[in-house]
Amino acid sequence: MAVTTALQRRAAGVFGRRPLFSALVALVVLMAFAEVALGPVRLGPSDLFSVLIGEGERGPTAILLQIRMPRMVLGLAVGIGLALSGCALQGVLRNPLADPGLIGVTAGAAVGAVGVIVLGNFFVGDLPAVVRPYALPLGAFFGGILVTGFVFTFAGRGGGTNVAMLILAGVAVNAIAGALIGAMVYISDDQQLRDLTFWSMGSIASGNWMSVTITAVIAVASGLFLLRMGRTLDLFQLGERAAFHAGVDIERQKRRIALLTALSVGAVTAAAGPIGFIGLVAPHMARLIVGPAHRHVLPAAALIGGALILGADLGVRLAVPPTEPPIGLATSMIGGPFFLWLLMRRMNKGGGNA
Amino acid sequence: MRAVTAFLLTAVLLVSGAAAAAEPQRIVSAGGDITEIIYQLGAGDRVIGLDSTSNFPADAAEKAQIGYIRRLAAEGILSLQPDLLIAAHDAGPPPAVEQLRAAGLRVEIAPKGDSVAGVQEKIRFVGKILELPEQAEALARKLEGEMKASLEIAEANKERPRVIFVLNTADGAPLVGGTETSADAIIALAGGVNAASGFEGYKPMSQEAIITAAPDVLLMMSQTVTRMGNIDVMLSRPEFQLTPAGKNRRYVAMEGILLFSFGPRLPQAVRELATALQQKGG
Repeated sequence: MAVTTALQRRAAGVFGRRPLFSALVALVVLMAFAEVALGPVRLGPSDLFSVLIGEGERGPTAILLQIRMPRMVLGLAVGIGLALSGCALQGVLRNPLADPGLIGVTAGAAVGAVGVIVLGNFFVGDLPAVVRPYALPLGAFFGGILVTGFVFTFAGRGGGTNVAMLILAGVAVNAIAGALIGAMVYISDDQQLRDLTFWSMGSIASGNWMSVTITAVIAVASGLFLLRMGRTLDLFQLGERAAFHAGVDIERQKRRIALLTALSVGAVTAAAGPIGFIGLVAPHMARLIVGPAHRHVLPAAALIGGALILGADLGVRLAVPPTEPPIGLATSMIGGPFFLWLLMRRMNKGGGNA
Repeated sequence: MRAVTAFLLTAVLLVSGAAAAAEPQRIVSAGGDITEIIYQLGAGDRVIGLDSTSNFPADAAEKAQIGYIRRLAAEGILSLQPDLLIAAHDAGPPPAVEQLRAAGLRVEIAPKGDSVAGVQEKIRFVGKILELPEQAEALARKLEGEMKASLEIAEANKERPRVIFVLNTADGAPLVGGTETSADAIIALAGGVNAASGFEGYKPMSQEAIITAAPDVLLMMSQTVTRMGNIDVMLSRPEFQLTPAGKNRRYVAMEGILLFSFGPRLPQAVRELATALQQKGG
């Protein structure tokens, strides 16, 4: 029942802001199309068409179906997953600086991934051959889940989940993770060092349909659940007590957001490495564009996140071909100035505290 | 039908140059050692793209740059329209290599080799791929001969100086080459003993451990020395001042890409280092 009203409410809100949302959807579609159509290898419309009807030559077919399409799908999944998780965390923690990194998902995933890279020699050989290529993403995924689970369990020991404790526990866990990574960097050899340096810069060039599909399914499924939490998050803004009196089962909702965020960020970090900035800034951009109500902010943030990642990937692929700089450089390079511009516009309007 | 086949076969055998159609003409090379071998085999003009570790010979700088060998971008390489990617053993990441193969590009990964036999194997491998087997065999034999001469210089040095290789001293403890490094290998070939033992890879070595290791010679890459200003900055650091190397001002600064290429210039690297290790400092 509550869900139905929330959905109706959201629908009404979305339609009220139809031009803005249409523009955002158009932007994402445009970016997704550009991601597939453009690249260092020039493919004309006829190439695209012949591949589409299954009659393309081997080269263009492989470029479109094995390189560009998986990137596009993974890019959307990463953008949507990070943006929605960041948005939900900022909402539930009532902290504008919250991002998935804060509660340890990213750090846990990094420990898992770096552990597989450095210590992999000891156990990866014993795994069945089918699983071996997935040892790194699996390590990252479970690392992220475990650490987030620990942070939430720790903060919830006294009965209710204490937000301040959650953030402080996150800070401590991040420090521990940093030390563990440092220790593994210390014992790594040159090749492992280079592998983990590059992993830590992020990339959506995975190109493996299997991992792309799994990531996209997890990120989109968690995203759909998060999208329905707009009203809950709005009530959280009034304070936990007020939210409780308004009928929100606050403990249950917190655990739910923790689980969904951990799943989604764990999955995208496993597939693409730690990509910073999107989870923090996409929700703020969304708020500056569509206002503070979470039923608008959530979908807008998801669209902005997807568009930002695809735009950044397009940037790194086209900037200095045939080389490809890491995507993390571009997300900050494109997102940072854009965010500043939005802030400046808001200040000029006299909006003050955005 | 058979006659036609026989005719064609004969034609191919007679004009072996006709096989050029199948010879790779647009080569992308990843790995400094592989690139050097390609140039030594006289096929440098067929190279169209190189990775960032390929910076010898000098005209390699004019080729398209495909980035770092372990961070290859599949589509970037394909945009050069190559017919062959020949790469050192550590080329990656694996998905990019798979993507290149899926797109129909011929990808050949050379064997690993940090010894004379290993370099010869790499030369023969490249020779086979580029269809220049005689040239490769000649180059491999030349390498063996030169190496013998270089090793004689190294063995003539009865002192067996203890050498410490310092990669850099960016922050705090100097980053030193331990066992299982190319620094360790080249020091041994040049007739020295690696003073840094007990750890693998390049690790920060504590100042006191360096003093205890008592190296006779400090070995560095010339670009590291340039970056620090000059060698005195290094020799006047307490951990080196107190070692025989610091006291006698014995140091060797060699170009990094020559020192660690483990390609066709290995004999030259060994000769230069072995000769330098015989200097008593000053």
